[in-house]
Amino acid sequence: MSGLLVQRIGPVASIQDLGRPGLLGQGVSQGGAADVRGIAEGAALLGQSPELAALEMGGIGGEFLATEPIRIALTGAPMMASIDGSPIVWNASHQLEKGQILSLGAVRKGVYAYLHLGGGIASPKILGARAAHLAAGIGAAVQAGDTVLAGADKGGPVGQVLPVDPRFDGGELRIVESFQSALFAEDLRARFSDTQFQRGTRANRMGVEMLNDGPGFAAEGQLNILSEIISPGDVQMTGDGKPFVLMRECQTTGGYPRIGTVLPCDLPKVAQAPLGAGLRFRWVSLEQGLEAQQKFEAELKSLPRSCQPLVRDPADMQDLLSYQLVGGVVSATSDPFEGE
Amino acid sequence: MSVPIPSSEGFPLIRTVGLHGLLVTFSDTLTEAANRATLAFRGAVDERALPAVLETSTSLASVFVRFDTSDVGHEQMRGLLQQMLDERDWYSADLPEGRRLWRVPTVYGGGLAPQLAEAADLAGLSETKAVESLSNARVRVLTIGFAPGQPYLGPLGEEWNIPRQSELTPMVPAGALVVAISQLVLFSSATPTGWRHVGQTGIRLFQPDAARPFALNPGDEMEFPSVSEAEFRRLTEADPNFGGAIATELSA
Repeated sequence: MSGLLVQRIGPVASIQDLGRPGLLGQGVSQGGAADVRGIAEGAALLGQSPELAALEMGGIGGEFLATEPIRIALTGAPMMASIDGSPIVWNASHQLEKGQILSLGAVRKGVYAYLHLGGGIASPKILGARAAHLAAGIGAAVQAGDTVLAGADKGGPVGQVLPVDPRFDGGELRIVESFQSALFAEDLRARFSDTQFQRGTRANRMGVEMLNDGPGFAAEGQLNILSEIISPGDVQMTGDGKPFVLMRECQTTGGYPRIGTVLPCDLPKVAQAPLGAGLRFRWVSLEQGLEAQQKFEAELKSLPRSCQPLVRDPADMQDLLSYQLVGGVVSATSDPFEGE
Repeated sequence: MSVPIPSSEGFPLIRTVGLHGLLVTFSDTLTEAANRATLAFRGAVDERALPAVLETSTSLASVFVRFDTSDVGHEQMRGLLQQMLDERDWYSADLPEGRRLWRVPTVYGGGLAPQLAEAADLAGLSETKAVESLSNARVRVLTIGFAPGQPYLGPLGEEWNIPRQSELTPMVPAGALVVAISQLVLFSSATPTGWRHVGQTGIRLFQPDAARPFALNPGDEMEFPSVSEAEFRRLTEADPNFGGAIATELSA
């Protein structure tokens, strides 16, 4: 069985897929990958199902030894990446031969990176999915010494690359009104969308803190409202009126009121916003929100058609190099295709 | 317990949840009848197998319906739910069948549940009276949520209508019994909370690898009889998964 022996890994690494929908009634939120686009991109690059699981790494990568030949893809927050010391291209698929070592450094921007295996990760399913849901006590962090086993790989391409969708430095988040929005005065809701926020230090797979300089955004009588259903993307105000965007691994109900719901298609941007990144909220109508989400889902479905071969044609290569070099992923002198 | 007059209060009420959900709310305060209506209405939605419904769940007094908006639009789903609401008086519906009564041995106060004194004070009770009140209360699993298998329990008497803390307690352990707003919560895993930690139990409400991962169902009833710390330690050692808790079937 192909797999990767984990020789070194950061503290926030876990196996993730699209999560386990359908258990809200038992208090289990869907969970799954913080950045679903990262999952879809990896599946497209390897020509396999987006339902397969991948390794999600927050902030820091690791070192992985191939126990057999294996296809891999790297997506999400870009990291310095190499195979046996030779830099490789991010957002691309590669072949690892038996005994080769894949090294992933710290994220260069963004937060969550994904390592995909041909055939997906073959960990046991718990309650219908492989995604670790650490807040719920399902699964565990992946640690040094673990072997991450791949499922049966039907085979497919390597050396494919996808353009990077920019979502690694904050930006605008579209938000729709939800059933508790009316608890917040209209002028407060307007001030909310006029405010520039920064991502705070409290951020994980459950929620992301939003900081601002001005006053908070408390609802009237907010310590005494009934606990109510939570959807991922809900922007919850704690007692002192500080906003948190609740993420896919959030609790399923809660008593702090929520001013609105960030569109699911904009949640990758929240998850990938690094500490201090600037974020703003823009109110959109339900119709606009549904349309944007539909567009996003169609785009994910079409990703396989956007994959391009990593070619050595100088004209194409120039494009790839310039895109890689924007953030200085590789040095200008090293050949990013070495080790292919 | 007050009985709501639905028409005059504007309930039941249907509102949107994010992009893909509707929420049917039976009251904005917790009442026994509204909770019963909630449990019955969810059961009916599940039974009816409405088109495009992906899942349902309940909160204290609301039913959440998540649906595929590409199959059925918001207006159409709202119409279907309204039609069901109009079919009968949901506030007089029966509780679900197959309910159970759980008796869960509990240590109140002391080092294991350090906020008993503070909570008793807010409730205007002595610590002894507070323990007496909580250990004699029979409460219903009003809903399960927040974390896997975690029940909201109640309603307790009005004296327990105490607010949540404005700051969170950084961490309480699994099995912690906490109180606020005339309800108890029994935590299924260690968690930060704004509710006050008054009791500690040894029950594990969510066991992901067990044949029956979730111990409770909405509508079940629970009691938390007071035991000494020594007895609690003996029980949790002998019965690490349930801490001496016993369930019996409730006759309909």
